[in-house]
Amino acid sequence: MVLQRIEKIEKTGYQYHDLGLIEYDQAYVYQQECVANVLQGGEEQVILCEHHPVITLGRLSDKRNILGNQEDMKRLGVIMRPVDRGGDVTLHAPGQLVAYPILNLNRRGRDLHKYLHHLEEVAIALLSEFGILGRRHPTQTGVWVKEKKIASLGIGVRKWVAYHGLAVNVHTDLKLFSLIKPCGLNVSMTSMAQEMKVPVEMAAVKKALKECLKRILG
Amino acid sequence: MNEIYLPELGEDIEKATIACWHKKVGERVKVDDDVVEVVTDKATFNVSAGGKGILKEIRFKEGEVAKVGDVLAVIEPTRT
Repeated sequence: MVLQRIEKIEKTGYQYHDLGLIEYDQAYVYQQECVANVLQGGEEQVILCEHHPVITLGRLSDKRNILGNQEDMKRLGVIMRPVDRGGDVTLHAPGQLVAYPILNLNRRGRDLHKYLHHLEEVAIALLSEFGILGRRHPTQTGVWVKEKKIASLGIGVRKWVAYHGLAVNVHTDLKLFSLIKPCGLNVSMTSMAQEMKVPVEMAAVKKALKECLKRILG
Repeated sequence: MNEIYLPELGEDIEKATIACWHKKVGERVKVDDDVVEVVTDKATFNVSAGGKGILKEIRFKEGEVAKVGDVLAVIEPTRT
Protein backbone atom coordinates (compact mmCIF):
# COMPACT_ATOMS: atom_id res chain seq x y z
CA MET A 1 0.00 0.00 0.00
CA VAL A 2 2.78 2.37 0.99
CA LEU A 3 4.70 1.37 -2.12
CA GLN A 4 1.89 2.67 -4.28
CA ARG A 5 1.65 5.93 -2.38
CA ILE A 6 5.30 6.88 -2.22
CA GLU A 7 7.30 7.14 -5.38
CA LYS A 8 10.94 6.63 -6.03
CA ILE A 9 12.38 10.10 -5.87
CA GLU A 10 15.98 9.93 -6.91
CA LYS A 11 18.64 7.66 -8.24
CA THR A 12 22.16 8.29 -7.11
CA GLY A 13 23.78 4.89 -6.92
CA TYR A 14 20.93 3.19 -5.11
CA GLN A 15 17.19 3.43 -5.44
CA TYR A 16 16.24 6.02 -2.83
CA HIS A 17 12.90 6.23 -1.04
CA ASP A 18 12.32 9.39 0.97
CA LEU A 19 9.37 8.56 3.22
CA GLY A 20 9.45 11.87 5.12
CA LEU A 21 7.92 11.76 8.61
CA ILE A 22 6.33 8.35 8.98
CA GLU A 23 5.06 6.01 11.72
CA TYR A 24 7.60 3.35 12.64
CA ASP A 25 5.28 0.43 11.81
CA GLN A 26 4.43 1.78 8.37
CA ALA A 27 8.10 2.31 7.54
CA TYR A 28 8.93 -1.18 8.83
CA VAL A 29 6.44 -2.76 6.42
CA TYR A 30 7.85 -0.67 3.60
CA GLN A 31 11.39 -1.66 4.56
CA GLN A 32 10.50 -5.37 4.52
CA GLU A 33 8.99 -4.97 1.04
CA CYS A 34 12.27 -3.44 -0.11
CA VAL A 35 14.26 -6.25 1.55
CA ALA A 36 12.14 -8.85 -0.30
CA ASN A 37 12.81 -6.99 -3.52
CA VAL A 38 16.59 -6.93 -3.02
CA LEU A 39 16.56 -10.62 -1.98
CA GLN A 40 14.92 -11.38 -5.31
CA GLY A 41 17.80 -9.70 -7.10
CA GLY A 42 16.37 -6.18 -7.33
CA GLU A 43 18.38 -2.98 -7.17
CA GLU A 44 19.89 -2.02 -3.82
CA GLN A 45 17.77 0.54 -1.99
CA VAL A 46 18.03 3.16 0.70
CA ILE A 47 15.08 4.42 2.73
CA LEU A 48 15.39 7.85 4.33
CA CYS A 49 12.84 8.97 6.89
CA GLU A 50 12.03 10.48 10.25
CA HIS A 51 9.82 8.67 12.74
CA HIS A 52 7.12 9.83 15.07
CA PRO A 53 8.45 9.27 18.61
CA VAL A 54 9.19 5.57 19.16
CA ILE A 55 11.44 3.59 21.47
CA THR A 56 12.72 0.50 19.70
CA LEU A 57 14.15 -2.49 21.49
CA GLY A 58 16.82 -4.44 19.62
CA ARG A 59 17.43 -8.14 20.25
CA LEU A 60 19.88 -7.53 23.08
CA SER A 61 17.62 -5.07 24.90
CA ASP A 62 17.45 -4.83 28.64
CA LYS A 63 14.06 -3.39 29.60
CA ARG A 64 15.70 -1.67 32.56
CA ASN A 65 17.16 0.73 29.98
CA ILE A 66 13.70 2.22 29.51
CA LEU A 67 13.56 4.88 32.19
CA GLY A 68 10.22 6.52 31.40
CA ASN A 69 6.98 5.05 32.74
CA GLN A 70 3.74 4.42 30.84
CA GLU A 71 2.37 7.84 31.80
CA ASP A 72 5.47 9.66 30.51
CA MET A 73 5.22 7.73 27.25
CA LYS A 74 1.54 8.52 26.81
CA ARG A 75 2.01 12.20 27.61
CA LEU A 76 4.84 12.52 25.12
CA GLY A 77 3.15 10.34 22.50
CA VAL A 78 5.96 7.77 22.48
CA ILE A 79 5.28 4.16 21.49
CA MET A 80 7.48 1.09 22.03
CA ARG A 81 8.40 -1.59 19.53
CA PRO A 82 10.60 -4.70 19.72
CA VAL A 83 12.61 -4.95 16.49
CA ASP A 84 14.74 -7.52 14.66
CA ARG A 85 18.01 -5.62 14.74
CA GLY A 86 21.04 -5.97 16.94
CA GLY A 87 21.73 -3.62 19.82
CA ASP A 88 19.81 -2.40 22.82
CA VAL A 89 17.23 0.35 23.31
CA THR A 90 17.09 3.44 21.12
CA LEU A 91 14.72 6.28 20.39
CA HIS A 92 13.61 7.80 17.12
CA ALA A 93 11.79 11.11 16.87
CA PRO A 94 11.21 13.93 14.39
CA GLY A 95 14.42 15.81 13.59
CA GLN A 96 16.44 12.59 13.55
CA LEU A 97 17.47 11.34 10.12
CA VAL A 98 17.01 7.59 9.86
CA ALA A 99 18.63 5.73 6.95
CA TYR A 100 17.85 2.13 6.16
CA PRO A 101 20.34 1.03 3.49
CA ILE A 102 19.17 -2.31 2.07
CA LEU A 103 22.43 -3.53 0.65
CA ASN A 104 23.85 -6.82 -0.51
CA LEU A 105 26.81 -7.67 1.71
CA ASN A 106 27.81 -10.48 -0.67
CA ARG A 107 29.32 -7.64 -2.70
CA ARG A 108 30.97 -6.11 0.35
CA GLY A 109 32.92 -8.94 1.92
CA ARG A 110 30.30 -10.73 4.10
CA ASP A 111 31.48 -9.17 7.34
CA LEU A 112 28.90 -7.79 9.78
CA HIS A 113 31.29 -5.73 11.84
CA LYS A 114 33.06 -4.34 8.79
CA TYR A 115 29.71 -3.16 7.45
CA LEU A 116 28.85 -1.52 10.79
CA HIS A 117 32.28 0.12 10.69
CA HIS A 118 31.45 1.48 7.22
CA LEU A 119 28.14 2.85 8.48
CA GLU A 120 30.02 4.66 11.26
CA GLU A 121 32.35 6.05 8.63
CA VAL A 122 29.32 7.31 6.68
CA ALA A 123 28.04 9.13 9.77
CA ILE A 124 31.48 10.61 10.54
CA ALA A 125 31.85 11.79 6.91
CA LEU A 126 28.36 13.29 7.01
CA LEU A 127 29.13 15.21 10.20
CA SER A 128 32.39 16.48 8.76
CA GLU A 129 30.47 17.97 5.80
CA PHE A 130 28.85 20.22 8.41
CA GLY A 131 32.09 20.97 10.28
CA ILE A 132 31.38 18.57 13.15
CA LEU A 133 34.14 16.27 14.35
CA GLY A 134 32.56 12.87 14.94
CA ARG A 135 34.52 9.95 16.34
CA ARG A 136 34.19 6.27 17.12
CA HIS A 137 34.08 5.02 20.68
CA PRO A 138 36.86 2.58 21.61
CA THR A 139 34.42 -0.12 22.72
CA GLN A 140 30.93 0.89 21.54
CA THR A 141 29.32 1.00 18.11
CA GLY A 142 27.98 4.41 17.09
CA VAL A 143 29.34 7.91 16.57
CA TRP A 144 30.24 10.42 19.26
CA VAL A 145 31.01 14.14 19.36
CA LYS A 146 33.37 14.59 22.28
CA GLU A 147 31.63 12.66 25.07
CA LYS A 148 28.13 12.81 23.62
CA LYS A 149 26.52 10.35 21.25
CA ILE A 150 25.09 11.70 17.99
CA ALA A 151 24.45 8.64 15.81
CA SER A 152 23.25 5.12 16.61
CA LEU A 153 23.50 1.95 14.54
CA GLY A 154 21.79 -1.40 14.42
CA ILE A 155 21.35 -3.84 11.57
CA GLY A 156 19.55 -7.02 10.61
CA VAL A 157 20.83 -9.37 7.92
CA ARG A 158 18.98 -11.98 5.91
CA LYS A 159 20.87 -14.04 3.29
CA TRP A 160 23.58 -11.39 3.47
CA VAL A 161 21.16 -8.57 2.61
CA ALA A 162 21.40 -5.92 5.33
CA TYR A 163 18.52 -3.76 6.57
CA HIS A 164 17.81 -1.34 9.44
CA GLY A 165 20.80 0.99 9.64
CA LEU A 166 21.68 4.29 11.21
CA ALA A 167 20.03 7.23 12.95
CA VAL A 168 21.65 10.66 13.16
CA ASN A 169 20.29 13.39 15.40
CA VAL A 170 19.91 16.45 13.19
CA HIS A 171 17.63 18.68 15.27
CA THR A 172 15.92 16.09 17.46
CA ASP A 173 14.29 17.17 20.72
CA LEU A 174 17.03 15.73 22.95
CA LYS A 175 14.83 15.84 26.06
CA LEU A 176 13.06 12.73 24.76
CA PHE A 177 16.22 10.71 25.31
CA SER A 178 15.67 11.04 29.07
CA LEU A 179 13.11 8.26 28.59
CA ILE A 180 15.86 5.74 27.87
CA LYS A 181 19.41 4.75 28.63
CA PRO A 182 20.53 4.83 24.96
CA CYS A 183 22.11 1.50 23.97
CA GLY A 184 22.26 0.71 27.69
CA LEU A 185 24.91 3.38 28.22
CA ASN A 186 25.14 6.25 30.66
CA VAL A 187 25.62 8.72 27.85
CA SER A 188 24.21 12.11 26.90
CA MET A 189 22.93 12.58 23.38
CA THR A 190 23.64 15.52 21.14
CA SER A 191 22.46 16.69 17.73
CA MET A 192 23.96 18.45 14.74
CA ALA A 193 21.95 21.60 15.56
CA GLN A 194 23.21 21.58 19.12
CA GLU A 195 26.82 21.20 18.00
CA MET A 196 26.55 23.80 15.23
CA LYS A 197 24.46 26.21 17.27
CA VAL A 198 22.53 27.14 14.13
CA PRO A 199 19.43 25.59 12.53
CA VAL A 200 20.19 22.69 10.18
CA GLU A 201 18.06 21.89 7.16
CA MET A 202 17.06 18.23 7.02
CA ALA A 203 17.09 18.37 3.21
CA ALA A 204 20.75 19.44 3.18
CA VAL A 205 21.65 16.60 5.56
CA LYS A 206 19.83 14.07 3.37
CA LYS A 207 21.67 15.31 0.29
CA ALA A 208 25.05 15.05 2.04
CA LEU A 209 24.19 11.59 3.38
CA LYS A 210 23.49 10.30 -0.11
CA GLU A 211 26.91 11.48 -1.24
CA CYS A 212 28.63 9.91 1.77
CA LEU A 213 26.81 6.58 1.30
CA LYS A 214 27.84 6.43 -2.32
CA ARG A 215 31.43 7.37 -1.55
CA ILE A 216 31.92 4.93 1.32
CA LEU A 217 29.66 1.98 0.51
CA GLY A 218 30.02 2.18 -3.25
CA MET B 1 21.21 -35.65 8.10
CA ASN B 2 22.09 -32.05 7.24
CA GLU B 3 23.61 -29.84 9.87
CA ILE B 4 22.96 -26.14 10.21
CA TYR B 5 26.02 -24.51 11.66
CA LEU B 6 26.92 -20.99 12.71
CA PRO B 7 28.63 -19.53 9.63
CA GLU B 8 31.53 -17.11 9.47
CA LEU B 9 30.02 -13.68 10.15
CA GLY B 10 33.15 -11.57 9.88
CA GLU B 11 36.85 -11.48 10.52
CA ASP B 12 36.71 -10.68 14.23
CA ILE B 13 33.48 -12.51 15.08
CA GLU B 14 33.98 -15.77 16.93
CA LYS B 15 30.58 -16.28 18.52
CA ALA B 16 26.96 -15.16 18.48
CA THR B 17 23.94 -15.37 20.78
CA ILE B 18 20.87 -17.31 19.69
CA ALA B 19 18.15 -14.62 19.45
CA CYS B 20 15.18 -16.71 18.29
CA TRP B 21 14.22 -19.87 16.49
CA HIS B 22 11.91 -19.28 13.53
CA LYS B 23 11.15 -23.03 13.25
CA LYS B 24 10.22 -25.72 15.75
CA VAL B 25 11.43 -29.32 15.99
CA GLY B 26 9.26 -31.46 13.70
CA GLU B 27 8.53 -28.60 11.33
CA ARG B 28 9.19 -28.84 7.59
CA VAL B 29 11.80 -26.47 6.22
CA LYS B 30 12.70 -25.39 2.71
CA VAL B 31 16.19 -24.56 1.43
CA ASP B 32 15.78 -20.80 1.72
CA ASP B 33 13.82 -20.72 4.99
CA ASP B 34 15.37 -18.72 7.81
CA VAL B 35 15.62 -21.19 10.66
CA VAL B 36 17.34 -19.27 13.43
CA GLU B 37 18.29 -15.67 14.13
CA VAL B 38 21.56 -15.01 15.92
CA VAL B 39 22.84 -11.72 17.23
CA THR B 40 26.29 -10.27 17.64
CA ASP B 41 26.46 -6.85 19.25
CA LYS B 42 24.67 -4.50 16.85
CA ALA B 43 23.75 -7.03 14.15
CA THR B 44 21.25 -9.83 13.82
CA PHE B 45 21.84 -12.56 11.25
CA ASN B 46 19.35 -15.12 9.98
CA VAL B 47 20.75 -18.57 9.30
CA SER B 48 19.01 -20.44 6.47
CA ALA B 49 18.13 -24.13 6.35
CA GLY B 50 20.40 -24.84 3.37
CA GLY B 51 18.38 -27.92 2.46
CA LYS B 52 14.80 -29.12 2.65
CA GLY B 53 13.56 -31.55 5.23
CA ILE B 54 12.27 -31.88 8.77
CA LEU B 55 13.90 -30.01 11.61
CA LYS B 56 14.97 -32.91 13.86
CA GLU B 57 17.03 -31.31 16.54
CA ILE B 58 17.79 -27.89 18.02
CA ARG B 59 21.08 -27.78 19.91
CA PHE B 60 21.09 -24.28 21.37
CA LYS B 61 18.40 -22.51 23.38
CA GLU B 62 17.53 -18.86 22.90
CA GLY B 63 20.00 -16.75 24.87
CA GLU B 64 22.79 -19.31 24.61
CA VAL B 65 26.07 -18.47 22.88
CA ALA B 66 27.39 -20.51 19.95
CA LYS B 67 30.82 -20.41 18.37
CA VAL B 68 31.41 -20.12 14.63
CA GLY B 69 31.24 -23.65 13.21
CA ASP B 70 29.03 -25.02 16.01
CA VAL B 71 26.10 -27.14 14.84
CA LEU B 72 22.95 -25.23 15.74
CA ALA B 73 20.38 -27.67 14.41
CA VAL B 74 19.96 -30.88 12.44
CA ILE B 75 17.66 -31.41 9.46
CA GLU B 76 16.48 -34.78 8.20
CA PRO B 77 16.36 -34.45 4.41
CA THR B 78 13.16 -35.19 2.50
CA ARG B 79 12.83 -35.79 -1.21
CA THR B 80 9.38 -34.28 -1.69
